[in-house]
Amino acid sequence: MEEIITSGRNIPHIDPILDIWGLPISLYLFLGGLAAGITIFASVVTILKREQQYSTAVKIAPIITPIALAVGLFFLLIDLHHILYAWQLFTTIRLESPMSWGAWTLLVITPLSIVWVAMYLKDILPTFDFSGCCSGILKLLFVENNSDEKLNWEWKYSFLVDFEKFMLDNKRVFAWIMLVLGIVVGVYTGILLSAFNARPLWNTEILGPLFLVSGLSTGAAAIMWLSNDHNEIKMFSKIDLFLILIELFLIVHMMMGFVAGPEIKAYAAGFFLGGEFTAVFWVLFVGLGLVIPLLLETMELIGRKIPIGIVAFLILAGGLLFRIIMVDAGQVIRYLY
Amino acid sequence: MRYGMVIDTLKCVGCTDCVVACQTENNVPLGYARDWVSEAVIGTYPELHLEIRTERCNHCDDTPCVRTCPTGASHVIEGGIVKVTPNECIGCAACIESCPYDARFVHPEGYVDKCTFCDHRVANGQDPACVSVCPTYCMHFGDLDDPNSEVSKLLSTRQSKVLAPEAGTKPQIFYLI
Repeated sequence: MEEIITSGRNIPHIDPILDIWGLPISLYLFLGGLAAGITIFASVVTILKREQQYSTAVKIAPIITPIALAVGLFFLLIDLHHILYAWQLFTTIRLESPMSWGAWTLLVITPLSIVWVAMYLKDILPTFDFSGCCSGILKLLFVENNSDEKLNWEWKYSFLVDFEKFMLDNKRVFAWIMLVLGIVVGVYTGILLSAFNARPLWNTEILGPLFLVSGLSTGAAAIMWLSNDHNEIKMFSKIDLFLILIELFLIVHMMMGFVAGPEIKAYAAGFFLGGEFTAVFWVLFVGLGLVIPLLLETMELIGRKIPIGIVAFLILAGGLLFRIIMVDAGQVIRYLY
Repeated sequence: MRYGMVIDTLKCVGCTDCVVACQTENNVPLGYARDWVSEAVIGTYPELHLEIRTERCNHCDDTPCVRTCPTGASHVIEGGIVKVTPNECIGCAACIESCPYDARFVHPEGYVDKCTFCDHRVANGQDPACVSVCPTYCMHFGDLDDPNSEVSKLLSTRQSKVLAPEAGTKPQIFYLI
């Protein structure tokens, strides 16, 4: 038995338990994963030329991407302690630091995700009713055109018309670029944590793929929730089913690696296998966030009627909870000496 | 040239003079500290072993804090001393997460602060403040590359250990046991 008392540290601001990263980081990792998931699905559907079949994934769901990225970046920014110096991130590229190339990737993907939404804005605007407040803002960029019976929106400026035509002509090239950027963002949210060898729970290679798969799963859930097309819901429900299975496999794989690993990894696993995070991880995240949606989606596939909103909500809430647990537990579990 | 510290755990009484000396020398803000004293009680009663040691940044050879810093604010200067440039630091705390010794903290002004081995004193040929005030002379500072330095001689004649060697950071503070 070893008991360590740290004295000479009757120092209020030096905490024996690290909690320098809190909820903003968890929220950012969740929103980044969600944005990455939606971007990857929208790109893959475009590359496979199935835009008509899965229109929600390509046209509606990507509206979430720039919003999620902007909110996520806002959380990331307020978490910086020396916030006025944030521009220093963009004075250098340091490949060894995941935060550095992650920041550069986000700088590229955020404006591009707005371009993606703008590409399909003309198609989706007529499906909404803008009789209220929003029409004033839209009229800065659009003119209403009532020529063929229904209300159409046309770009107000000719360079926007040209730009839209250029983007739509090259949309598969654009989709390939977005696919690569989406995967980088999805993996980055995991690698950000796994780069720290001082935090035994985070320092595992599985975390990158696990965060990517979890991000994809939340992306699929968002698309299911937004879609009205039965075939599209069924397709993304199937994809999500597969992703949840991979996620479960990776989680078991991670725990096995911990248990079979060196002392410090086994110690980390103890927090999830009997320790303080056991209930919240296995019951709330794995149970409610993965297994229940898995069962509901299976029932949907064999023909039962399932309210898809509940499935999507459980997956999204589970994804957020997973990141909160990982960020929190990672900082509790440290090297013992 | 490789600066390092050798600390005799058999002589340390845990008086925390080193902590106060550091806070005074480096104007460490109230409520924060760059070094601290740990007391580790090992074993079960009545077979107990007490180890008292003063801890700080280990100025590692393999520095995860410098590796994960996104702006290059964390850097290594001559002699292997790890420092932070406040005007380049964005306060993201990646280096705090990457340190197995929890040696870094966020200064109230926003940047990350840590032990500097008192490089301003070392440049004038003086010992760091913590070493110079130790009443039991349990701390020794010097060049680990020089076989005739006090620290090298202590390491060659006495048994020593480093903290969390399995973290792979190659720490340069050695504890005589």
